Amino acid sequence: MRARTVGRHINEGGKNIIRNGWMTFASVSAVTVTLLVVGAFLLLIMNLNHFADSLEDDVEIRVFVELTTSETEQENLNTNLEDFETIDSVEYIPKDEGLETFIDSLGEQGDYFKGLRDENPLNDVYVVHAENPEDTEVIVEEIESLEHVEGVEYGRDIFDQLFTATDFIRIIGVVLIGGLSFTAIFLIANTIKLTIVARKNEIQIMKLVGATNGFIRWPFFIEGLLLGTFGSIIPIALLWFGYVQFYEMIGESTGLDFFEFLPTYPLVIQNAILLLGIGAIVGVWGSVMSVRKFLKV
Amino acid sequence: MGLIQMQDVWKTYPNGVMAVNGISIYIKKGEFVYVVGPSGAGKSTFIKMMFREEKPTRGEISIDGKNLSKIKERHIPYLRRNMGVVFQDFKLLPSLTVFENVSFAMEVIEESKANIKKRVMEVLDVVRLKNKARFLPHELSGGEQQRVAIARAIVNNPSVLIADEPTGNLDPETSWEIMRILEEINDRGTTIIMATHNRDIVDSMRKRVIAIENGRISRDEARGMYGYES
Repeated sequence: MRARTVGRHINEGGKNIIRNGWMTFASVSAVTVTLLVVGAFLLLIMNLNHFADSLEDDVEIRVFVELTTSETEQENLNTNLEDFETIDSVEYIPKDEGLETFIDSLGEQGDYFKGLRDENPLNDVYVVHAENPEDTEVIVEEIESLEHVEGVEYGRDIFDQLFTATDFIRIIGVVLIGGLSFTAIFLIANTIKLTIVARKNEIQIMKLVGATNGFIRWPFFIEGLLLGTFGSIIPIALLWFGYVQFYEMIGESTGLDFFEFLPTYPLVIQNAILLLGIGAIVGVWGSVMSVRKFLKV
Repeated sequence: MGLIQMQDVWKTYPNGVMAVNGISIYIKKGEFVYVVGPSGAGKSTFIKMMFREEKPTRGEISIDGKNLSKIKERHIPYLRRNMGVVFQDFKLLPSLTVFENVSFAMEVIEESKANIKKRVMEVLDVVRLKNKARFLPHELSGGEQQRVAIARAIVNNPSVLIADEPTGNLDPETSWEIMRILEEINDRGTTIIMATHNRDIVDSMRKRVIAIENGRISRDEARGMYGYES
């Protein structure tokens, strides 16, 4: 394609945008609304994922060693645990250390338990982190079947609820984003159809004098691209500004130390790139949909 | 070799209308052919099949040695660059000037700017509209508008010019003006195929006449007459 032709296509596509006035406005608005929701959900989902990840990292499996275990047997157990491919880390907490932590955690009342130092009733404990938190239950079962394990504990309930909740929100997000994107695509397709109907004669003449389909298609392709891109400007600006404000006001201090929001950068930049990309795809898709059947002259 | 050849061509539209029922013709390079016949006899379909706006249901059409039924869809634009088409209703773009309406046909096939300027002025000279290059279509008379359409049709130097009732909307005097231009173009070697209802023209400017009735050729005479009560 010649450089001059490229210029012509961009020029024509731009003219269509202005010529279609209200329909341009309607479809850009549709993309704007869609992308606002998409963007808000993306921010929510990315934060949820982050939150889930940090919680998942905290899921620890506590393995209590039988009191009667000898040192050699315990070493065997240690190697066994470390041999698990699904286990990320194994930390050994001897019963003396466990008792001290316990006493410390009680403050002054801990004094009552200092007497236990000579006759420690606690078990030695291994704190295990799974490589992949979703495998936790399987790992627990396997560890329970090892010798010299008295019992295993892990925060099972929180963990299950967390997975259900994040999955649920992800599904709602995907459905909503999908639905809105299709609405936007159809509106754009309709706007471009208007251009095509208005320029039917022109297209017919182009075909009759031997313009290729590609040549005819380009301006509409560019019109769609512009509609989608214009539609992404307001959502990007609004969500960028909004998240900055939000993060400054409450993001850093939720009061719950396990609930941390993602920092503003690079999150808002990633979000902007995603929205721009989705806008462009939606626009081009809409134009491709409406142009296809008009070219069969 | 024939420039345009049809061999037992049939066309039945999806709604069941049988527009063309077994037509075979042979048109040589440089000929001037009138296509006559009552409305709805299949003239338009016959013409449309030549520039591949319609595909025949059966039979073969070849233009300049290229078989239209074997040509690939994406090569059709290149086939059409070798044909000019003129319609009864001119089909000019109202927002473009005379010059732009003609140059448009060269732009869409990506000709260079220098070529375009030179060639457009050349064809505007042929149709005697050089002095109205900057006018808009609505500032012109019907005859002048049709001349712009002719200029657009011949600007890419096609070997065939297909005209579908080019004088249908024009008064007799203006029609003759158009015919003189078409004859001039024909004299320069372009084959012309013209569907028409204009008895006066066909009977006075004697050319080959192909008459179509009920989708068949009823008459094909070298220097024929219109032959219908119109």
